[in-house]
Amino acid sequence: MARLAWLIPLFPLASYAVLIFRGRALGDRAPFVAIGAMALSALVAWGVFVEQVLGAESFVWRAAWAVGGQRVITVGYTVDHLSAITVAMITLVGGLIFVYSVGYMGGDPYTPRFFAFLSLFCAGMLTMVLANSFLLMLIGWEVIGLCSYLLIGFYFRRRSANMAQMKAFLTTRVGDTLMLIGIMALFWQFGTVDYHAVFEAVQRGAKEAAAVVRLGPWEVPLVTLTALLVFGGPIGKSGQFPLHVWLPDAMEGPTPVSALIHAATMVAAGVYLVGRAYPLFFYTPHHEALTVVAWVGTVTALLAALMAVAQDDIKRILAYSTISQLGFMMAGLGVLGYTAGLFHLLTHAFFKALLFLAAGSVIHAVHTNNIKEMGGLWRPMPVTFGTFLAGFLALAGVFPFSGFWSKDEILLEAYHHEPAVYTVLTAAAFLTALYMSRLVAYAFFGPYRGPAHPEPDPWLPEDYARAGLYRPHGYHGSAEPHESPPVMTVPLVVLALLAFGAGFVAVPGTGPEGGSWIHHFLKFKGFEAAGIQAPSFSWPLALRSLGVVLAGMAVAWVVYGLEWVRSDQVRAWAGPAYGFLRNRMYIDTLYGWVFVRGGLALAAGLWWFDRHVVDGLVNLVGWTTVLTSRLHRLVDTYVVDGLVNLVGWATRGLGLLLQPLQTGRAYNYILVAAAGLAVLVVVSLWRL
Amino acid sequence: MIGLAHYLVLSSLLFGLGLFGVLTRRNAVAILMGIELMLNAANVNFVAFTRFVDPTFVRGHIAALVVITLAACEAVVGLALVINAYRHLETVNVDQVDLLKG
Repeated sequence: MARLAWLIPLFPLASYAVLIFRGRALGDRAPFVAIGAMALSALVAWGVFVEQVLGAESFVWRAAWAVGGQRVITVGYTVDHLSAITVAMITLVGGLIFVYSVGYMGGDPYTPRFFAFLSLFCAGMLTMVLANSFLLMLIGWEVIGLCSYLLIGFYFRRRSANMAQMKAFLTTRVGDTLMLIGIMALFWQFGTVDYHAVFEAVQRGAKEAAAVVRLGPWEVPLVTLTALLVFGGPIGKSGQFPLHVWLPDAMEGPTPVSALIHAATMVAAGVYLVGRAYPLFFYTPHHEALTVVAWVGTVTALLAALMAVAQDDIKRILAYSTISQLGFMMAGLGVLGYTAGLFHLLTHAFFKALLFLAAGSVIHAVHTNNIKEMGGLWRPMPVTFGTFLAGFLALAGVFPFSGFWSKDEILLEAYHHEPAVYTVLTAAAFLTALYMSRLVAYAFFGPYRGPAHPEPDPWLPEDYARAGLYRPHGYHGSAEPHESPPVMTVPLVVLALLAFGAGFVAVPGTGPEGGSWIHHFLKFKGFEAAGIQAPSFSWPLALRSLGVVLAGMAVAWVVYGLEWVRSDQVRAWAGPAYGFLRNRMYIDTLYGWVFVRGGLALAAGLWWFDRHVVDGLVNLVGWTTVLTSRLHRLVDTYVVDGLVNLVGWATRGLGLLLQPLQTGRAYNYILVAAAGLAVLVVVSLWRL
Repeated sequence: MIGLAHYLVLSSLLFGLGLFGVLTRRNAVAILMGIELMLNAANVNFVAFTRFVDPTFVRGHIAALVVITLAACEAVVGLALVINAYRHLETVNVDQVDLLKG
């Protein structure tokens, strides 16, 4: 089965090709092409996964792609525990989101294009996961970046969507460029970008004295610098601080896109890459690259959780939550919790995709993103409410939902290896429970606060109006919130079951020797050699984090549910802190001033320089040339032509002068000849 | 005693007369006659030099005979030309034979 793994990305790619060329002709049948391709992919992926679970050897297939002397760049795929479980997750979640999209995008005139891009995205994501080398990974990585760009700007008539897609693309590009430099550094050092060869070389190099790069006053080991450069990619793609700013704006895209790309898979690609390239980070001196990963993740987790507390847009709250959870994963990987970080990646994919899809269902029903215009939705939308609640409990980390197990693993690892990280992450977990409870309280409880007759979306493109739609996600003519159709609720229920149950693989005792199955399945082999023991599950710690979560929920319930303390009072107490958080800590503003305006000012300056200096020089050259030409023309007219004419005139004058001699009468010539003879005779006689 | 000098003077006078005739006459026949005189002046020279300078072989005589032959040929061609010119132009005056003059 592992030998068929190359088929996994090819099915969505074929679906993309079909939909992009024949999508319009297929019309309403277009989604089924994409769903069919995903189903086939899922079939192969789960076959591969089950085979790995049953104990198959990991399998790498590679072929020479480009040969340059001693250095060979290979292309191929890797099937091991990590890639198998990840493709299984992607195809499952992706397939469910595809099904959901049929309902969500129903009637949208651009549905074929939407599914084409989603298919291409899945092809890129699966390539990235299955790749055998950094180079092939990079190709998949860039494809998913492109698809993210295309899908954020799916409602291309919306100016905010255009801005958001540019912001996303450019921000991630910063990280991608660093990663590209990192990959080049790897190739330069080891002459290969093949995972296996690079990791072996790094491991070998760790035992020897490593090369050192001097950066100003610091001396950085080369391998650490390379690892950190490669980590630049995950910082951008996985929305880590300080490149997290694009992810909340990316919510301009349709909700299934947010669920698939900006919650479950693409943003997790960075975490996956850190997991995949774990030896590169682990074998740096004193694991210092991992320490950086841990603190970047920790800071991200806390800051994003803080910002989420003060947002009103349901999707933005979830986006900040995603950033925060990605921070958790990074922190988990960073504190030597290889299994914990990647396990959280998997469970998070289930419950965050669920939350986004449920939020999409809510938006579909109430036609607004603002949680303050919702309320009391548990009654008209029981299925959405139930599934959202499952996702909420999983995200907050309530026993026994999946998030509890995976988040607890991370906190456990942090507690044992890096207590400071543990403290910060616990605070972030408290905030997670707080903002999610606030969201649930606003959206699903209390009275309905929405307008009786919602206004049509102001951007209202005419082709949507022609299709009878006044909202990107359908408008049903009634202001009453209502439950979504089964095509949307069934994937929600499936995901809710996964969000509930996916954590049980981490229950102690499910694996051999009293450990958990996931620890057995996903483990980093370098730990054993380095003598690092994974801490075993401890109930006191779990109860403590559970207590923190319940405290967060209780605080939120007091303020937003029971309203014992009014939220505007809280805001008054918080004072400037509220504005600070609501305005995203002014990070976006700062970037706007420094990079966007700075870039524009630089462009204006360059334009001025081009206009006045470069053009001036060009014009100067032009004028000089014209002037020189005029001088040259004078010389040509009067000197060169003068000489030529002089020759002509001289010839003509001479001719005129000699013309009378040419009489044409023979006797004249004979006379001259005779006279000459006479002269000669006289001269010769004279000489005698 | 008549010596070489006398012959040479005679030949010079003859040549001068011929040249004078060629230069002054406009009649083509007269010019041909002048040329004939000049040729015969040369003949006189040939024969005279043979007689007084190197009498052993008659080389000068032979040259004179060749010249006479050539003169005859020349007179034939020249007279034929003149007759033809006269037939076409009704003149033998060389000044008026100027069809090629631009």
